[in-house]
Amino acid sequence: MLIFDTLFGWIRPGAGVIEWLWLIAALPLAGFLLLAVAGRWLPRWAIGAVGVGSVALAAGLAFITAAAFLTTHAPGTALSQTLWPWLSSGDLHAVMSLRLDRLSTVMMLVITGVGSLILLYAAGYMADDDGYRRFFAYMDLFVFFMLVLVLAGDLLLLFLGWEGVGLCSYLLIGFWYRDPDNGAAARKAFIATRIGDAAFVAGLLVLFTGLGTTDIPELLARAVQQWPAGSVPAVAAALLLLGGAVGKSAQLPLQVWLPDAMAGPTPVSALIHAATMVTAGVYLIARLLPLFELAPAVLALVGAIGALTLLLAAYAALGQNDIKRILAYSTISQIGYMIMALGVGAVSAAMFHLVSHAFFKALLFLAAGGVILSFGGEHDIRRMGGLWRRRPVVFAGFLAGAASLAAVPLVTAGFYSKDLIISTVLAAGGTEGRLLWLAGTLGAFLTGIYSFRPLFMVFFGRTRSDLQDRPGWIMALPMLVLTVLALAGGLIDVPALLGGLDASSAAHESGALAPELIVVAAGLLGILVAYIAFATGRASILPHWLERAAHTGLGFDRLYDLLLVRPFLALTRAIRQDPVDRAFEGLGRAAAWTHRWLSATQTGRLRWYASATTLGGVLVVGAMLLLAVQS
Amino acid sequence: MTPTFVITAAVAIIATTLVITGRNAVHALLYLVVSLLAVAVIFLMLGAPFAAALEVIIYAGAIMVVFLFVVMMVESAPVPGPDQTLKDARLWVGPGLLAAVLLVELVVMMAMGVPGVAGGEAVAPQAVGIRLMGPYLLAVELASMLLLAGLVGAWHLGRPAERTVPRPHAPAPAVKRETGP
Amino acid sequence: MTTIPADHALYTAAALFALGLTGVLVRRSLLFVLMSLEVMLNAVGLAFVAGGARWGQADGQVMFLLVLTLAAAEVAIGLALLLAVHLRVGTLDGDRLSRLRG
Repeated sequence: MLIFDTLFGWIRPGAGVIEWLWLIAALPLAGFLLLAVAGRWLPRWAIGAVGVGSVALAAGLAFITAAAFLTTHAPGTALSQTLWPWLSSGDLHAVMSLRLDRLSTVMMLVITGVGSLILLYAAGYMADDDGYRRFFAYMDLFVFFMLVLVLAGDLLLLFLGWEGVGLCSYLLIGFWYRDPDNGAAARKAFIATRIGDAAFVAGLLVLFTGLGTTDIPELLARAVQQWPAGSVPAVAAALLLLGGAVGKSAQLPLQVWLPDAMAGPTPVSALIHAATMVTAGVYLIARLLPLFELAPAVLALVGAIGALTLLLAAYAALGQNDIKRILAYSTISQIGYMIMALGVGAVSAAMFHLVSHAFFKALLFLAAGGVILSFGGEHDIRRMGGLWRRRPVVFAGFLAGAASLAAVPLVTAGFYSKDLIISTVLAAGGTEGRLLWLAGTLGAFLTGIYSFRPLFMVFFGRTRSDLQDRPGWIMALPMLVLTVLALAGGLIDVPALLGGLDASSAAHESGALAPELIVVAAGLLGILVAYIAFATGRASILPHWLERAAHTGLGFDRLYDLLLVRPFLALTRAIRQDPVDRAFEGLGRAAAWTHRWLSATQTGRLRWYASATTLGGVLVVGAMLLLAVQS
Repeated sequence: MTPTFVITAAVAIIATTLVITGRNAVHALLYLVVSLLAVAVIFLMLGAPFAAALEVIIYAGAIMVVFLFVVMMVESAPVPGPDQTLKDARLWVGPGLLAAVLLVELVVMMAMGVPGVAGGEAVAPQAVGIRLMGPYLLAVELASMLLLAGLVGAWHLGRPAERTVPRPHAPAPAVKRETGP
Repeated sequence: MTTIPADHALYTAAALFALGLTGVLVRRSLLFVLMSLEVMLNAVGLAFVAGGARWGQADGQVMFLLVLTLAAAEVAIGLALLLAVHLRVGTLDGDRLSRLRG
């Protein structure tokens, strides 16, 4: 359109939208570099300004770019920008290329938009922290890597971003490093995602060696051409990439790191562990879906993992008393919904839920941060209460977020997105479809309970602890914006935005009403149960053993400790004695021993030597005699 | 003659046994001399008169005497005084007896004629001399060099050194000094 | 005389050699060791002469002469050393003279 051509035109005649794509990622990087190098000499307000401003600018640029792109390019088309060649060795020619299509546009907007809101909030939340500069530096770096991840046109570059966000996640979880528990949580997160990353690399290698390229569109085209459905390389690659996604998105069986990751500051939890990094796995599968479609067995596995995870996490969320851990398990569960949707090929449904989840989950975390701040650092919901009168903004935010999470009908974004997923999986048909639908519905019921339980316990009833700080405007403003988005976000028709590429939208239009009503009813029933159980201030309704199972996340931590951690530590303890060194030392010791024995023969006594000579002489003569006798 | 030989050999062996089991060095030396004499007689019986002569003159006559000198110098037991007649008897009875046996044999042999061995011919000293100055000339020269080396070495080692042990009949010094390494 | 004495002489030489060897190994006093050594050398000389007599050649006696020379030189130096040891260390015990050990 003319206006955009003009806008970009005066900067450089003839330049299009794509020319400035790199800048969107570069702005947060610049923010990081500035803070890392020169931040020491900047006053506090400037640090915040750089930290937030770089991402906000990137967001602005992203919106302009997105608008230009969406209005000028039809769905299914993409823009590509090659920055420079990266690795060139043998058949491998990896380039740093950026690719803008509808999928990456959506992700880009979420990352920068929600990211800048969260960072604004963080400028207030972290105001008293000594590591203010370090925090914003890491956050900017994270946003940079995340943008690299979603904008990458080359799979290797995507992996670079993938690893980078893993690094930043580690740095930010362990942000308050003086407490060793935080360090342990950070390590746990890193190691768990590392397992996934190893699978990712293996999958990347399978793809490269099989298809000869790492450029994503080229890769997908060749895969579809060269690999028949169900063939070994396709299944292997898909399975391995699924492993990578499972690690990063905290799905079964690698979900153990996310609850512990709540050790980081609340804005970190909001940005990384709700809205962006954990959705990287969803993005990966969505991006490479044609590859997954070549391996139907893997796709079925994707759906199964999604369903199981969402149920397990929802159940576990019921048994948590730390407000952030409830939200962590909730995140695992909701991503399970997205993964489940991908399992039936419903990319747009999954992405829709990703966007609305980003809104309401970030909102919930920000509100939780407000709650924690209000109670002076308290995380346990059993020690809170009666907050709705004193903190209306926080209350409104939490209410909107919880409602959206529980998919309260019609008024919340969560309703539209979750409903789309559940009806799509049913429409996918067969026993599998019905099982997935059942899982989704049951999950909706549980979601209703666990999302409103903290609401009732924190904001209603009598106040069990003293109130302290009140969130300032800098924290309240993002919350308000997200509140609006969490409610009205459903109006952003993400599926249409994505071009209705798959059957999910069609299924949605023609779906039967009854299953949808059941789902809605399940959610509302859950809210009702929560009201009855918890509004009176009771902490739990489950029998003790069920409660313990939920609280420990079904014992996965214990299982991994027994299976992996203990044997590994035992092994390290065994090797601590340096057994290999011992073997070499043994040579030395053997030599010394031989020396001692041989030295003993040098007695210095004449008779001894004479005897030895005599003995030798006797042996030699005897040998000669024997030989003479034989022959 | 075989019986003669057996007797002589027996004498040699008995004397040698008494040498190696002797407690007193002088006694042992005397028996050693007897052993050497017996071997000289055996040489005669083998038809090697030159060897026999050498054995007696050089081995028993020179080398054993040197031994005796050193034994006298080293011997820490007191030399038997003139009134120890019993010891004197012990000293010469054994060796004397054995030597007497040898003497008898020698007389008998001389009476019957000193024989050779294989062809009844003894190997004359002239033959030995011819062999020596012929094929074994180099050996002779080497032997002389060996003797020279022995001479020089013995002279050097025999030079007066610091004396830490008193002479056999001198009183012990007041302070005993340990020699250094 | 017959050829038998030659073999018998060798047996005698062997016996004397063994006796001398025993003396070297068994006696502690260096003096007796040297004496036993003389016994061994003597036995060897006897063996040489017996061998020469067996074939009726003078070589055996020549060898005997060389052995004799060797014995003389050896006795000279050996006894000089013995005296030196006796003067310096004060003992002729072979077992005590063991500083060159290890």
